[in-house]
Amino acid sequence: MANVSMTVNGRTVSGHCEDRTLLVQFIRENLGLTGTHVGCDTSQCGACVVHVDGKAVKSCTMLAAQADGSEVMTIEGLASGGELHPVQAAFREHHGLQCGFCTPGMIMSAVDIINRHGGQLDEQTVRAELEGNICRCTGYHNIVKAILDAASKMGDSAKVAAE
Amino acid sequence: MYATNYHRASSVEDAVKLASSSDEAKYISGGQTLLPTMKQRLAAPSDLVDLRHVSDMKGISVDGGKIRIGAATTHAEVASSPDVASACPGLAHLAGHIGDPHVRHLGTIGGSIANNDPAADYPAGLMALGATIVTNTRSISADEFFTGMFETALEDGELIVAVEISAPASCGYAKFPNPASRYAMAGVFVARQGDGSVRLAVTGAGSDGVFRHAGMEQALASDFSPGALDGIGVDDSELLSDIHASSAYRANLVKVMAKRAVSAAG
Ligand code: FES
Ligand code: FES
Repeated sequence: MANVSMTVNGRTVSGHCEDRTLLVQFIRENLGLTGTHVGCDTSQCGACVVHVDGKAVKSCTMLAAQADGSEVMTIEGLASGGELHPVQAAFREHHGLQCGFCTPGMIMSAVDIINRHGGQLDEQTVRAELEGNICRCTGYHNIVKAILDAASKMGDSAKVAAE
Repeated sequence: MYATNYHRASSVEDAVKLASSSDEAKYISGGQTLLPTMKQRLAAPSDLVDLRHVSDMKGISVDGGKIRIGAATTHAEVASSPDVASACPGLAHLAGHIGDPHVRHLGTIGGSIANNDPAADYPAGLMALGATIVTNTRSISADEFFTGMFETALEDGELIVAVEISAPASCGYAKFPNPASRYAMAGVFVARQGDGSVRLAVTGAGSDGVFRHAGMEQALASDFSPGALDGIGVDDSELLSDIHASSAYRANLVKVMAKRAVSAAG
């Protein structure tokens, strides 16, 4: 058994779990943060994407024990107070979701893309960067639009702030 | 996934010692292949020795024409390294096209080559670049390291610490990814040295893993241009054949990717 502690959405949390516990299980079952989804459990769909130490990873393909001591950000940590994060707001504005199952992973991936590229995003880059995220509903078009719009609104300050 | 015991190594010696304390231990770095394999119960290590916190195994350094990449360096770090981009742009391009961004944030060069998946990208790059694989006990040339499908020259418990490459005069990589898995259906890395010699290695297509193609190497040594490969045939008898592509289709892909790799190398 592992004693795991990490910072999740700015809060220090700790828990007791089996060594084989996946990070996504720890987040959902131990912490009750069910915004992070499991779509495939085989590292393909990206519904489980969270940030670990500032980088987007598939939380179904990392052990909770590996994340011990790390800083984790989930979809629940994006909004500040009652205000949506600009990427969340853009997904709503552009209808970037239908059933919503892929959305937490899409948004966490989108924030990571904007962190790395800043406001200078083009459609081709966004589509290539979304390779690890599968959506069965939207056809991606409005997701891409939402990310491009959020990136231009957040501008280059996004990249600088992340560094 | 079967139960396992997790250990976090603090140094190379510590990792080797932790791994030797159990018969069924495995090293884990990014875990992007090992964890999915464990979930499918195709692997069941009793113990996992995590290498992500071994600082001696991380980072990239360039000294003259020599590039040293720590085994626990992630694909994202190799892809975004200005040092790798200037000394060996083909390798930066290769690293930036492994899996997807999330996988690249965790997966490492050492893990990729230790697994030697027949469709992984790094084996082709390291073989064409004539890289040296440095372990905790010795140095192994890439030609001797990759011994077959999922097989390497590593002994039980032996740990890859770093990879060393001499910067080539030019190099390029082109792959045709499987649209679902993004593994190479055929990937070709070509490297030309200052003396005009050329090494070219193919991944994704060989039924025994990564291989070099002597005919293409010779043709490119006398004329380093895509057109030099026009007359070269790729024998399909040793190539993979599966639901994604027949061996004849892969043979053609190898040639097309080789030409694109040469164009990319410029
Ligand atoms: S649930 Fe993790 S990638 Fe699908
Ligand atoms: S909105 Fe339904 S899976 Fe993407």
